[in-house]
Amino acid sequence: MQYAILCYHAEEVVGAWTKEEDEAVMDRLAVVQTRLAQAGKLGPVARLMPTTTATTLRKHQEPPLVIDGPFAETKEQLLGFYIVDCDSLDEAIRISRDLAAANPGGAYEIRPVALLRPDPREPHNPDA
Amino acid sequence: MHDPAWIEAALTAARPQAVSALLRYFRDLDLAEEAFQDACLRALRTWPEKGPPRDPAAWLIFVGRNAAIDRTRRAARQQPLPDEEALSDLEDAEAAAAERLDTAHFRDDILRLLFVCCHPDLPVTQQVALALRIVCGVPTERIARAFLVTPAAMEQRITRAKGRVVRAGVPFEAPDAAERAARLQSVAAMLYLLFNEGYSAGPAEADRGALAAEAIRLARLLLRLFPAEPEVMGLTALMLLQASRTAARFDGDGTIVLLDDQDRGRWDRGMIAEGLVLVDKALRHRRPGPYQVQAAIAALHARAARPADTDWQQIEVLYRLLEQLQPSPVVTLNRAVAVSKTEGPATALSLVEPLADRLGGYFHFHGLRGALLLQLGRRDEARTAFGRAIALASTAAEAAHIRRHLDSLEQGTAV
Repeated sequence: MQYAILCYHAEEVVGAWTKEEDEAVMDRLAVVQTRLAQAGKLGPVARLMPTTTATTLRKHQEPPLVIDGPFAETKEQLLGFYIVDCDSLDEAIRISRDLAAANPGGAYEIRPVALLRPDPREPHNPDA
Repeated sequence: MHDPAWIEAALTAARPQAVSALLRYFRDLDLAEEAFQDACLRALRTWPEKGPPRDPAAWLIFVGRNAAIDRTRRAARQQPLPDEEALSDLEDAEAAAAERLDTAHFRDDILRLLFVCCHPDLPVTQQVALALRIVCGVPTERIARAFLVTPAAMEQRITRAKGRVVRAGVPFEAPDAAERAARLQSVAAMLYLLFNEGYSAGPAEADRGALAAEAIRLARLLLRLFPAEPEVMGLTALMLLQASRTAARFDGDGTIVLLDDQDRGRWDRGMIAEGLVLVDKALRHRRPGPYQVQAAIAALHARAARPADTDWQQIEVLYRLLEQLQPSPVVTLNRAVAVSKTEGPATALSLVEPLADRLGGYFHFHGLRGALLLQLGRRDEARTAFGRAIALASTAAEAAHIRRHLDSLEQGTAV
């Protein structure tokens, strides 16, 4: 089963890290990622730019409205995600714990993936 | 996770919102700062053990407000509020109540706090120092090191600035749209000054250099509060695009490296990407302003893989637009740089010469004039111009840069 691990964190706190602290966190996360990658369990990984760079298309009216900023005003923001391949939810939680130990604060939402097309340029064949 | 560095970052991040809410309650800058300080001390005592609260800013506002009221009551020998232990057991429900109370206001609160720092009566250096102290919570000693004055002198400067702000009266009524726009403009100007203090620092001036990062942090905060303001996007983009060049701006000896000579591989790609995104977002609004135009110019430099790839034609157009939006001889001087690339040194020099009256005391005027004269083979005049520039250089790096031109003139080779 593939899981998305969605990383939520207060971005003003992450933004208050010094460059050195930020790099130290990324280095610690890289160790966990390398281990997962070597075990063949790691899919795409993304760190998102701050929510100030976000644009939202609201579809509640026609034509849809383009709004500056993130979809939801929340205390913690979606700042990145991992796709991991796990045997069980327990394993996904274990991986999240390892990531959490490397990255102080925030929360991880563990969401099973229903459909993932890592390379949409390849022809889509649901029967394959 | 109760990492002390995380707690430190959480307190720093919560500071603008917490102090500005406390300022609204107490209508007194010193009291608001003291209350926040009290709340931080309590946080440092309780968070490492219990973990930080879900919403640090709401917690700090609630605890700070109670601590200050408690202090006032103690002073009045009245019944004190619940003691610290009870306070640190703050329930989520109470935090939620405090949060509801505050999120409705926090946009104008933070803008007010930033705005009081840019009171027009305050000299620019005091505005910047006050913002660093009050909004960012940078210790006075560090601000003093950044501005190369003693901590006592900086303390006095900040105290004086605060006195002036208080005497002028902090505007507590909620601003209307026009007032809010005016405040935003003052705050943007102050943040850009703060950024430039940091950006102009040499590699050996780490304390001053750190001011650029503070400015970017505050600009992002302002943009979170006003996500649809194209000029705030432009300001943030401008800072990011300029700061992306920091590592390439000085050589090993601390000499400034001009844009054309910089190792573009050392530009910070993450900052460039974020800056370009914000320029794109801002341009969609079709409400150009000075920060957006300057950011768009910086974006054209950032997009050029090599100096020869730079779209000087477009840069010249943008400087022309900036001249209309914000007429200034310095902008014309910058346009002359673009013109020298598109139409050659003679045309550029004809733009530069009429600026002599107004820019005669400006380092870059004589530097550019010297370089153009040199390109035109007018060596004696170039030498005189470089001599004037070197006398006006405000940093060793600027002087060293002109010295290279002069040396090459002496050796009879062009740079």
